[in-house]
Amino acid sequence: MRTVSLVLAAALLASITACAPVEPWVKPYEREHLADAIMALNRNPVSSTYLDHVFESREGARGATGGVGGGCGCN
Amino acid sequence: MRVRPGRVPSWCMRTLIAVCFIAVPALAGVLPPDRADMLYHRYQGGGITVQGPSILVQKKIGDHLSIGANYYEDMISSASIDVLLSASPYREKRTQKSVSAEYLHGKTTYSAGFINSVEPDYKANTSYYSVSQDMFGDLTTVTMSYRRGWDQIFRDIKQNGFIVNDPTFHQRADHRVYGVSLSQILTRNLISTFDYELSTDQGYLASPYRQIRYLDPDNPVGYTLANQIYPGTRTSDAFSVELKYYVPYRAALTGKYRYFTDSWGIVAHTVQVDYVQPIRHHWTLDGNIRYYRQGAASFYSDLFPYAGYSNYMARDRELAAFHSITLGVEASYAFSIPHLTWIQKSTATLRFDRMMITYLDYRDALFSKFDPGAIRAGAEPLYSLDASVFQAYVSLWF
Repeated sequence: MRTVSLVLAAALLASITACAPVEPWVKPYEREHLADAIMALNRNPVSSTYLDHVFESREGARGATGGVGGGCGCN
Repeated sequence: MRVRPGRVPSWCMRTLIAVCFIAVPALAGVLPPDRADMLYHRYQGGGITVQGPSILVQKKIGDHLSIGANYYEDMISSASIDVLLSASPYREKRTQKSVSAEYLHGKTTYSAGFINSVEPDYKANTSYYSVSQDMFGDLTTVTMSYRRGWDQIFRDIKQNGFIVNDPTFHQRADHRVYGVSLSQILTRNLISTFDYELSTDQGYLASPYRQIRYLDPDNPVGYTLANQIYPGTRTSDAFSVELKYYVPYRAALTGKYRYFTDSWGIVAHTVQVDYVQPIRHHWTLDGNIRYYRQGAASFYSDLFPYAGYSNYMARDRELAAFHSITLGVEASYAFSIPHLTWIQKSTATLRFDRMMITYLDYRDALFSKFDPGAIRAGAEPLYSLDASVFQAYVSLWF
């Protein structure tokens, strides 16, 4: 009986922990480096979109580059 | 700059924290900055020159809405190996116009856009939609996207000295792309991004100009050209992972890998490393190397053994087995414009990329075409392509 109680108590504790909000491990005031312009995921959209188009026109692979294109331009 | 728990940050620290939030566009619920870019691009290689302008403007309207517009132009002059083998050199222009909008509501960003691309023998319309949600203390951003494209394909012919659309040829192709991405702050110096895209295409997916060749002993050059036959559908999966690291002496190091596979049998790997180094207040230098490798499509062959060899037959270089290395360098200079106080920042950037492609099963058929006595079909040297890509652009933040 004691074992069952312990298991139930452990399960209850685990469920309470699972419901707790995730504590951000990098606080907002610790994001100074991530906020630097050189860390932007797409620093120069006009340039990266063009380069993606250059590659996509000459390669069989496509997608998962974050860019969006249209048309052929594949000559 | 770390603030100890329990201590109230000063006003200047609060301002810095606010700026930090504003400047992480991909990872926090903020709109892109007001910005204008004017770019000139030029691609030269393999007998092809493509050049033109691109102008991109993004502007916020109020606190929740941002709109963007892009005008892009390709002036194409082509005498590529494909053109020389089965057609005549040509010139044409492609223009692409697009508009986009982003709406921010709490920690959710809704985006939509439309792209229209027109060239004499290819018209394409694309619409796209996405929704991004920040979560877990803004450490995580999940984005789901959908893209739909409608293409109309024509074929140009020469009639009475003029190039016109072939009235007997008008094809269509539809495209759908489903995407999901996850951006995750891992440490105070490291961001990761995972992207997955599923693409499906249906319709006419070949180039109407390019042709296959098959062995033909009766032909003096040793082969005969014939129309390509492509499948009417294609489904592909692309998965990429990117890690971006802030180097403590203020530099950024990025590594990216993409895996691609599709129902045509192509498997491709892309690896890219990028390094950004600011120098003093004005200069930012960028260097990167990109390696790409792909296997051939299952219905590709440089030289088919006989006519009607299989249901589907293609000889597009894009479907051949090849690998390529691209080296890129970029220099950006930040400057101020006197008397224009509404411009907060401006930069001028030059970028050069050198692309070197080595084909593993695509031969230079011009050798046997122009000198059939010396080189027989199928014994020509493998084709390789070196191309230079140049970009010059000015960016303004306002």
